[in-house]
Amino acid sequence: MVDLDWSSIPPAMPLLWRGARVTLEITGAALAGGMALGTLLAVFRVSPVRPLAWVSAAYVNAFRTIPLVMVLLWFFLIVPDVLVRTFSLARSSDVRFTTAIVAFVLFEAAYFAEIIRAGIQSVSQGQLSAALALGMRRGQAMWLVILPQAFRNMIPLLLTQGIILFQDTSLVFVIGLLDFFGVADNVGRRDGRQAELILFAGAAYFVVSFVASRLVKLLQDRLAT
Amino acid sequence: MITIRDVSKFYGTFQALRGCSMEVARGEVVVVCGPSGSGKSTLIKCVNGLEPFQGGEIVVNGVSVGARRTNLPSLRAHVGMVFQHFELFPHMTVRQNLTVPQIKVLRRSPEEAWEKGRALLERVGLASQADKHPGRLSGGQQQRVAIARALAMDPICMLFDEPTSALDPEMINEVLDVMVGLARDGMTMVVVTHEMGFARKVAHRVVFMDEGQVIEDAPTAQFFAAPRSDRARQFLSKILTH
Repeated sequence: MVDLDWSSIPPAMPLLWRGARVTLEITGAALAGGMALGTLLAVFRVSPVRPLAWVSAAYVNAFRTIPLVMVLLWFFLIVPDVLVRTFSLARSSDVRFTTAIVAFVLFEAAYFAEIIRAGIQSVSQGQLSAALALGMRRGQAMWLVILPQAFRNMIPLLLTQGIILFQDTSLVFVIGLLDFFGVADNVGRRDGRQAELILFAGAAYFVVSFVASRLVKLLQDRLAT
Repeated sequence: MITIRDVSKFYGTFQALRGCSMEVARGEVVVVCGPSGSGKSTLIKCVNGLEPFQGGEIVVNGVSVGARRTNLPSLRAHVGMVFQHFELFPHMTVRQNLTVPQIKVLRRSPEEAWEKGRALLERVGLASQADKHPGRLSGGQQQRVAIARALAMDPICMLFDEPTSALDPEMINEVLDVMVGLARDGMTMVVVTHEMGFARKVAHRVVFMDEGQVIEDAPTAQFFAAPRSDRARQFLSKILTH
């Protein structure tokens, strides 16, 4: 049995907290941006305008067939250059954080789009007919009548996807961005206590994800009644 | 007010409507009946463009429904429709169901919309239910709210698509009473229904459909006393004998 020594964790807490904030910020931004873009894609996908539906289907299928790590890496190679050029930033500015958010938003949008599309299809056709019969335009009917019900029906799935997203943010280590996991790993290497730090980080991910999924379950039961 | 001329509709190769024609004058109440699958619901949904049709023409208040450049939303805003399954918006309260369409489509102020909505809610006898969600109401109550919601748009005519078919028997009359009141007030109405009692009481004409065709179009008294076609006679004997 390996000797475990946890003593390097307490002094590293401020650093770990800084990493945790990066993790939470990426999760939050990707959740908000991914859902917004995903909603747009889902609405396109069910649109009677064929080209819009095709564009959306192509987008969703493309991102769902590429591993997230590769998306992150590609973005790391392309986006910083674009960002630096368009906003004429100094060459040295650190755009890894922005890159990570852009990559996660674009990637997660594909998954949220599929969930929201299923949500839209779970609302009966009669609701759309009723909205149109009252003189609403298609967009109004979507926004006022269909999407609110679609979201309500899909809350558990959307939150579950959010939990997966939270775990996936640890992949930003491939572009050298220090999130919670990255910081824990760094501290562990520095102090020669990698096993302890990674165990600790794992426990933290477990607690957050587990509590969140229990909450989703509770919510699901309440929505079902 | 409504002119339907030689309308045909296909679902793929299946022809749902075969050259249907009928006329509804201002203030007239027309009941459309016929066996299920006869195309009566399809026809009424063509009138406000919810169902596209391939042949013929429908003109509502001078506007051709099938024409490419017709602004369907603005036409529909003035053609009320009541559905078999009510189709109230479940995520909104009764009050919101009544006011949101007025505010978003007719650009009325919330105060104006609620003034209108409250008056209509009173008319259908549900003034005390304004803050409930539709799911808390009985089927009959929901359908009355749905009628009030359509009326709140100040429609020039009302289309009813089997408004009592999804209701428990004891709730049918509360809905029919509201509809009778509307008819007596001179509303132009096209009603797809099996409620022959309602037809006898208020309809000016009865249109009988079968297999996508208008078989008979006659004044109410004449239709019930002496239907001309065999199919109408058979239909009537089936639904009136029990």
